[in-house]
Amino acid sequence: MKKIIIQEKIKIISNSRVGRNHFRLILCAKRIASLSIPGQFIEVRVAEGYEPLLRRPFSIHHVKGPNIEIFYQAIGRGTEILSRKKAGEFLDVIGPLGKGFSILNTQYSILVAGGMGVAPLVFLAEKLKECKSKNAKCKIVVLLGAKTKNHIFCQKEFKKAGCDVKISTDDGSSGFGGRVTDLLKSVLLNTQYLILNTQIYACGPKPMLKEIGGIVASCGLAAQVSLEEYMACGIGACLGCAAQTKSGYKYVCKDGPVFKAEELT
Amino acid sequence: MNTEIFLGALRLKNPVLAASGTFGYGEEFKDFLKPKDIGAIVTKTITFSPRQGNLPPRITETAAGMLNSIGLENKGLDDFIKNKAPGFRKLKTPVIVSIAGDSPREYGELAKKLCAAGISAIELNLSCPNLKNSKLISQDPKTTYEVVKAVRKAAKAAIIAKLTPNVTDIREIAIAAEEAGADSVSLVNTFLGMGIDVNTRRPRLGNITGGLSGPAIKPIALRMVWETAGVVKIPVVGMGGIMTADEALEFIIAGASAVEIGTANFIEPKTSLNVVSGIKDYMRKNKIKDIKELIGSIRYK
Ligand SMILES: Cc1cc2nc3c(=O)[nH]c(=O)nc-3n(C[C@H](O)[C@H](O)[C@H](O)COP(=O)(O)OP(=O)(O)OC[C@H]3O[C@@H](n4cnc5c(N)ncnc54)[C@H](O)[C@@H]3O)c2cc1C
Ligand SMILES: Cc1cc2nc3c(=O)[nH]c(=O)nc-3n(C[C@H](O)[C@H](O)[C@H](O)COP(=O)(O)O)c2cc1C
Ligand code: FES
Repeated sequence: MKKIIIQEKIKIISNSRVGRNHFRLILCAKRIASLSIPGQFIEVRVAEGYEPLLRRPFSIHHVKGPNIEIFYQAIGRGTEILSRKKAGEFLDVIGPLGKGFSILNTQYSILVAGGMGVAPLVFLAEKLKECKSKNAKCKIVVLLGAKTKNHIFCQKEFKKAGCDVKISTDDGSSGFGGRVTDLLKSVLLNTQYLILNTQIYACGPKPMLKEIGGIVASCGLAAQVSLEEYMACGIGACLGCAAQTKSGYKYVCKDGPVFKAEELT
Repeated sequence: MNTEIFLGALRLKNPVLAASGTFGYGEEFKDFLKPKDIGAIVTKTITFSPRQGNLPPRITETAAGMLNSIGLENKGLDDFIKNKAPGFRKLKTPVIVSIAGDSPREYGELAKKLCAAGISAIELNLSCPNLKNSKLISQDPKTTYEVVKAVRKAAKAAIIAKLTPNVTDIREIAIAAEEAGADSVSLVNTFLGMGIDVNTRRPRLGNITGGLSGPAIKPIALRMVWETAGVVKIPVVGMGGIMTADEALEFIIAGASAVEIGTANFIEPKTSLNVVSGIKDYMRKNKIKDIKELIGSIRYK
């Protein structure tokens, strides 16, 4: 399929706080919505002036009809400005960008989210569910990792998509006490997961993704991981978002953000 | 209305170019604009052999600007001639190939091979380290002269010598390029800068230092273009932080025959198109029939 990138001024339907500094932004972006696949992202110009100057990348969190949804954390200048935008205002958006997840119709799908890494996985779970409805034996397991209880999001969405949700918190305030990668290890002790019937999809901080690479290598499973890197253009022109892979530098915006775990170094 | 300008033998239908390193090889922007509507595209700088580029992070944002340390990453000349150059005809606008080498000889060789492959315009990225001392090529009038001369001898192409602004007096460098036979000079490349993350106390760029571009550098770039235009007879191509047609017009009025759009492409991919139409609107409004009337038309009183 020929990839098309759209630039649109799109209307904010809503922008609501869902946690201490977590927000959901719903945008009416019919053309982008119709082209998006899970794992892809958009580049948002959060301010008309030069503060901040560059667009900010956000994963597509959910698509419903003509609307796309972004799930984001206000952690700096750009995201704080974004968090103050009101329904009815317009945003200049470019997307969909990048190569998303390859949706494989395996019997088991294990989704591993670290912190904000949950953002693209909801859209993925929803698409996997569409495959699942064709094959009733399919099972989606979601491992949601966060620092603490208040940082666990999207449980409801995953459950709605028919996923089996397991939680880990670093401080043990909810679910498994420890890191989500340790939860993954314990889940994988179950010998039903084989390379032929299981695909792991992960998004989160780089150290977590690297560790997942190690885990799947040691037990012979396959994983797709979504990376983040600082971006300027988002379309493969500036070579700014380089990430080291086994076959040299790859560009997160164009070759990724989703890579095979075995490609990471 | 005439917006045509010449840089040596290179004819441009309008004076707005996409700057090296910010527009890929032309293809990347096809969903946003038709390359045929802008004056020319300057490619990402290519080198003789493939280059890996610098350690990430390669980009960080600063007040009204950005720092980059891409490190001339490219797949080398052979790959370029085989895989990129054949697509240029489809773009229907002149493609100027930016090159960098480590010696006058290497620049000459590159230019010669590109000409043989049908390339007719070359921008010399002279912001590369000079192997003989710790300076950049265009930080030294003598090396600048040698490189431009070597290319002049090796190739028939139109030559644009692109200068670094990290110098005490850019005029003497521009004059050296002119004397060596450059058809035009372009400026500015990025200003060397750095940033530190106070939480980790680590440099924000993998390479520690990088080049500053974007709106933050515009007043300095404009001053340097004005200074240069005052001392050379060849056309000057101005750039540095141009985001709007008015800013492009500032450079033209200061003496630039053409402008390049860099960082702005990342923020608004249609900037170069908007600048072309904004310049035309300005000309219409001010009853200017030929863009040449505007070049260097700065009024001091
Ligand atoms: C492909 C992709 C998808 C993303 N999806 C989401 C998402 O769905 N939800 C979400 O909340 N965030 C997402 N991010 C991260 C988001 O883009 C950054 O949080 C945002 O750009 C920060 O902007 P700011 O101006 O608020 O922060 P700044 O003031 O620029 O920085 C604040 C802090 O954030 C860090 N930071 C800034 N940009 C990035 C980046 N690109 N990657 C990693 N760290 C960064 C800085 O180091 C700094 O510590 C994604 C990033 C990428 C590359
Ligand atoms: C990400 C990036 C990559 C660049 N790569 C090159 C390059 O390969 N060769 C070159 O001559 N200039 C390069 N430049 C410099 C630009 O062409 C331009 O001279 C500079 O950015 C100033 O213009 P601007 O402020 O409009 O961006 C690069 C700039 C940026 C931001
Ligand atoms: S952000 Fe420019 S190449 Fe990826």
